[in-house]
Parts: sequence; C-alpha cells; structure tokens
Amino acid sequence: MSKLYSGAEIVFRCLQDQGVSHVFGYPGGAVLPIYDELKNFNSIKHILVRHEQGAGHAAEGYARSTGKPGVVLVTSGPGATNAVTALTDAYMDSVPLVCISGQVPTHLIGTDAFQECDTTGITRPCTKHNWLIKDIKDLAKTIHKAFEVATSGRPGPVLVDIPKDIQFQKTSYKKYKKINKSNGKSHNHFSQNDIDELINLIGKASKPIFYTGGGVINSGPKASELLRELVHETGFPITSTLQGLGSYPADDSQFLGMLGMHGTYEANNAMYECDLMINIGARFDDRITGKIDEFSPKSKKVHVDIDPSSINKNVKVDLSIVGDVKMVVASIIKTLKKKKPNFIKSNKQKTSKWWEKIQKWRSKRSLDYIGSEETIKPQYAIERLYELTKDKDTYITTEVGQHQMWAAQHYKFNKPNRWMTSGGLGTMGYGLPAAVGVQVAHPNKLVIDIAGEASVLMTMQEMSTAVQYGLPIKIFILNNEYMGMVRQWQELLHDKNYSESYTAALPDFVKLAEAYGCVGLRAKTPEELDDKIIEMLNTDQPVIFDCLVDKQENCFPMIPSGKPHNQMLLGPKDQKDKKITGKGRTLV
Amino acid sequence: MANSKSAYSFASKKQKLDTHIIVVWVDNEAGVLARVVGLFSGRGYNIESLAVAEVDQKLNISRITIVTTGTPQVIDQIKLQLKKLVPVHKVADFKREDKKVIFKEMALFKIVGNNNKLEKAFKACKKYDAVILDKTNKSKVIQITALRREIDNMANNLKKFGLVSVSRTGAVAMTRGAEVFK
Repeated sequence: MSKLYSGAEIVFRCLQDQGVSHVFGYPGGAVLPIYDELKNFNSIKHILVRHEQGAGHAAEGYARSTGKPGVVLVTSGPGATNAVTALTDAYMDSVPLVCISGQVPTHLIGTDAFQECDTTGITRPCTKHNWLIKDIKDLAKTIHKAFEVATSGRPGPVLVDIPKDIQFQKTSYKKYKKINKSNGKSHNHFSQNDIDELINLIGKASKPIFYTGGGVINSGPKASELLRELVHETGFPITSTLQGLGSYPADDSQFLGMLGMHGTYEANNAMYECDLMINIGARFDDRITGKIDEFSPKSKKVHVDIDPSSINKNVKVDLSIVGDVKMVVASIIKTLKKKKPNFIKSNKQKTSKWWEKIQKWRSKRSLDYIGSEETIKPQYAIERLYELTKDKDTYITTEVGQHQMWAAQHYKFNKPNRWMTSGGLGTMGYGLPAAVGVQVAHPNKLVIDIAGEASVLMTMQEMSTAVQYGLPIKIFILNNEYMGMVRQWQELLHDKNYSESYTAALPDFVKLAEAYGCVGLRAKTPEELDDKIIEMLNTDQPVIFDCLVDKQENCFPMIPSGKPHNQMLLGPKDQKDKKITGKGRTLV
Repeated sequence: MANSKSAYSFASKKQKLDTHIIVVWVDNEAGVLARVVGLFSGRGYNIESLAVAEVDQKLNISRITIVTTGTPQVIDQIKLQLKKLVPVHKVADFKREDKKVIFKEMALFKIVGNNNKLEKAFKACKKYDAVILDKTNKSKVIQITALRREIDNMANNLKKFGLVSVSRTGAVAMTRGAEVFK
C-alpha cells in the first residue's frame, strides 16, 4: 500500500508540485492543521500579513509582477470574508490567485458554528470557480484543477474551501504531472481567415490606431515583444489602457499615451476620429469608452481577446479574433510580412495626414500643468520620482485616486509587469500590500507604492509585514489631506460641496513610520524634493515618504462621464488660454 | 442635455426584447444551480421560468432550461457567460417563436365544487392532454401540459369552476426531428 498523507500535507504537496514558493496568509482555528505542516516544507515560504485583505493584494502584486499565480491561505469565517475584496479585485483585473480557506469541520457545516460562513456562497460571484472539499480523495485533484482554472484562458481568482476534519484525514497522493490538455474553457482557435481579414483592413486604413490593454501583459513578456514588432512593422499609432501600460515603451514616438477618462488629448481624439481600431487585449471598459453611443463613430473595430464573452459586450465590433494575444499577434506579423512586404514604406504616404493630425493634438501638451516654486505639484513629484528612478528596473504599485492617474500619466513604463494598479474594482488600499508581494518576488529590485494619504491608511498595517520580512518597499504618499478624486468630482460636479472628503485628523506619517520600525521622510517644498527622494532611494529599509503636495490640484485632462472622447476637459492652463474656465466646468 | 450634471454615463437607447429559451447541460454538483442563477441575478438578466433535473445519472449531468428575455446583445452575453462556468458542458439557445423546437410546461389544478362544475372544468382542460390524478366527490386534481400563455388562460378560466390551487413547472424544450443539439 502506498503511503498515506493527511489533508494538510496534501495541500503542501500540491503547492510544491505546482512550483509555489510563497504563500501569503494568516492562521486561525480552521487552518491550524495546515499551518502545523508548514514546518515540513522548506521550499514554501509563508509571509504572515496583518489582515487577510493584505494577503490577497500581496498575492496579486506577486502574480502581476511574475506572471505566476499568487497563493493565499486564510482561515474560515472572517478570514475568508476579509479576503473577498482582494478576490473581487483579482477577478476584475484578471489576476491569477489561488485562495485556500479553512472551513469548520464537515459535521458542523450549517450549524452556525464558531467562525463558520458560507465561504463558497460568498465568493461564488468573485471567483472564476470555487470548491468545497467534502471528501479527502477529491482534495489533490481539486487543488491542481484550481491552479489550472486560475491560470488558463483569461486568468482570475479561485478558492478551495477545506473543512478542518478533511485536513486531518489521510489518503494517498500521486505526484502531479502537468497535462497540456484544454479544459474546454480556454479559447485559442482563431482562423487564418480572421487574420487575413484583419490584414485586409490594415491595408485599407488611412487613420488606424492600436488600442491595447492588460491582455497583452497577461499573455506574457513575449506578447509585449511581438506587439512592439507589430507596431513598428505597421507604423501605426498606439494607445494603451491603464492596465496595459508597459507593454509598449512609453517614450516611443508611436505611443500616444494612455487613453480614457484621464487619457491624453491625442489618444482620445485619435480614438474618436480613427477609421480602424485594433483592440488587443482590452475590454471597452466604461472609463475608456465614455459615452458609448458616440464612441469612435467612424471606425471599423477589431477586437482580439481570449475571453469570448468580452466580444460585443460593451461595443459591437466588426471583426473578432478570439485567442491568446501572443499567438494572434505572431500570426498577424507573419501574415503581414508575407502578404504586404515592406508595408511600412508603401503605407507611409497613406497615414501621413493622420500623423500630422496626431502631431497637432500632441502639440496641445494635455498633460502639462502650472508649475509652482512654493508648493510641490503632485505631477511634478511623479516626474521627479520617474527621473530619479528610471535607470533602475523599478516596480510601481499604486492605490486608487488622483495619485494613481498622475502616476499613469507621468511615470513612463517601458517594460511589462512593472506596473501594478487596481483598475477594474478601484480598490483603495491595494498598493501597499501589493508592493509587499512584488518585493517578495523581486527582493533586489526597487519597489515603490505611489500612494494617496487616504488610500494608504486603509491597509497601513501591512508596513508591519514589510518590516518583519525586511522588504524595503517605498511608500511615496502624495499627501493633499483630501480624498483627491472625490474632492475633484465634488468641485466639478457637486458645486464644490466637499462633503466628507477632507481628512481632518491625519497621523504624522514620519512618526508612524518610526512606530512601525522603518524610516519616515517628509518633503514640503519643490526645492528639497530631489534630495529627499534620493535619500529614500538610498535607504535600504521600508520607507514612508510624506510628500506634501498642492491641495487644490485636479487631474486633467478629463472626459466627463457620459461624454464622448472629443469633448475633453483640459487642464487649467488650456482653459485660461481659451478663457473657458467657467464654461468648461459647467459643461460637465 | 437634460441630465447633464450626472456623473455617470447614460443608458443607451432601448432595444427590442426577445424571449429565448436557454438550455444548459451541467455537472450535477453542489452549488451548480446557484452558479447559474447567480450569474443571471448578478448581471441583471431576467429569468421568466426555470426547470432543472438530472438527465444522465451515469455521467451525472443535469439539464437546466431557462426562459429569459433580453436584447440580442444580452442573449449573446448570457450564452457566453454561461459557457465560461466550469461545470457547464454546453449551452443551447432557442427563440420562443422557433418552429423547430417543442416547448412544454405542466400544471396541476385543484378544483373544488359540485359534480357539474368538476365536469365542466375537466372538459375545458381536455385539449391540453388533461389527466385526472386524483378524484373525490367534491374535488379533482387535473394535470395539463401546454404553453405558458395557454396555462395562464386556463388558470383564469377555471376560476369560475372552483379552482382553488395551481402548481406549475417551468418550460422544458426539445428540438423536433431526429437531430440532437451538440
């Protein structure tokens, strides 16, 4: 007879066979048998967080910066419910997570036992799939299946709920062999006809644009390489969503910057006026499209996505190619080279007018802001941060709000997997724990959380985690004492009624850093900013950087919700030039 | 614009709604119905009726029949979202008007009254394959199979004959002819 293993041992054997090196978790009654086994598995390192939401976001940061699934281990009841925000965040942004939760013993399920909750019921709408283990014999195959579901097709979170009695029961375990078999849920069988049709459209277009998203990043670094090749081969302009930043170098001349609600003037106008839109791995999110009835009215639209349900969900497209970005783009390049050799030269004439137009839009310099000698402008702080860190291979995470948009606008990403931000769910408090996860995966790299003072307080407790594991993350807080984006919307849309968006009692972040056992720094004037940033970069410990910025600054450009791309609200500089300050705002 | 102060995007124009019958083959496992129904409620899709039972005990397959209404775009989304669920094997979709498909619902009527009324009630039901399942001096339980609207009508008509209780199923569907949906 083969050797028998307990359920708890099987959990770790499965993780080992899946190549898992780090688990983010928090112990509790219903997972104690699993925690008891931890000591026997040296290849798996457990990172003890301070709150289960932090475990989830850290696993997300880990997953997004490595491309490998993040693993979360939590107890029943509150352990599981605390992880729900992170699971939903991962679901919205297509991040592969495997969450293992303890559950009360089988015979107590349904009795309102201590720390019991209907974990599979609660997490059903925020996972790709979840399982409650009722039989020890199903445990191993379910965990392996969980990894398969989390990482195949459009990635996402899954959860395996394991009752405590199952963790004690014993059964045999067979070493897992990865089978390259489709589970029928991932789709990657586009036809050459689709590609030919696209090449045909590319040949006809005089005002084309690539609109790329997080799907390129999820498809792996090779996909980003291929995308660069495709964009260079065609000579077409390219814009990227928030999640796609880094898949194409931001300092390249063909890159128009981010599009959408806070995207650049050139990107949004090009989206509005184009005659061919090639969407690669983006999902026509409402922050991208603006008013859907007037979204890019004159264009043929092509959509490349691995998830068939993304096609025609928000915007009807003329050609859909369901497949993995890497494979589809490789196929497009191959066909383009074969059918239209030297395309970029022969096509230059055709798109020259289009590029002229784009240059005109660019000359608006829509990301410009009015500088100041007295106060630190938040945009200036990000620009300086970028200039002082661009030579290092820097990983940036963010919280959610104005600082997030300024980071997206002013920090230039040149590589994929370097930018971790909560886009779909918009979770304040994402960035700090995500930075913990990124630093765990890349111990020798520079990891910075560009934060707002309101967001960062939501998960501040994870500084303690960073200190415990010696993770030198840098928390760069743009402190304007307001929930900046809320304040901005209240200014523009609610007659400056700043209802509850001001935090009247903030902690002293420098002292807070010291209380956590790390380093606190503060910059108050533009003059001292560079020195302080350099000091932060030279500190080999976690740092909380309190950057006091202009409290009134708004994030522009902005497409007011419910407006199409060509009706953007530009910054105060442009408004002053054109003397539309008052009118532009009442238009919102 | 009337609603120009709204910070939220405006709902697009109203489109025509069609009634569709969606048939889903799923693994008969715990929570699978909750997954399917939760998908509908979570994304704001409509369920008019629902019928579900295991159809293959060996392979452990259940067949769920859902009657729903939606714009063509919504119906497409329903199918694509259903296909993404892990326990879902296949999804079929029929328009209610589709002549190649049979739809049936079943209803049980309990009639209480004198002999005359009971007789009349049964007569009225006859064209819908009426079967008497239970009979006493004062009452009858009549089973009919028909379409939704026909059952609605019958339930109305039978009131005057002493209808006291109605129990009915959701619609089930099957294609006509020798073909099987793959």
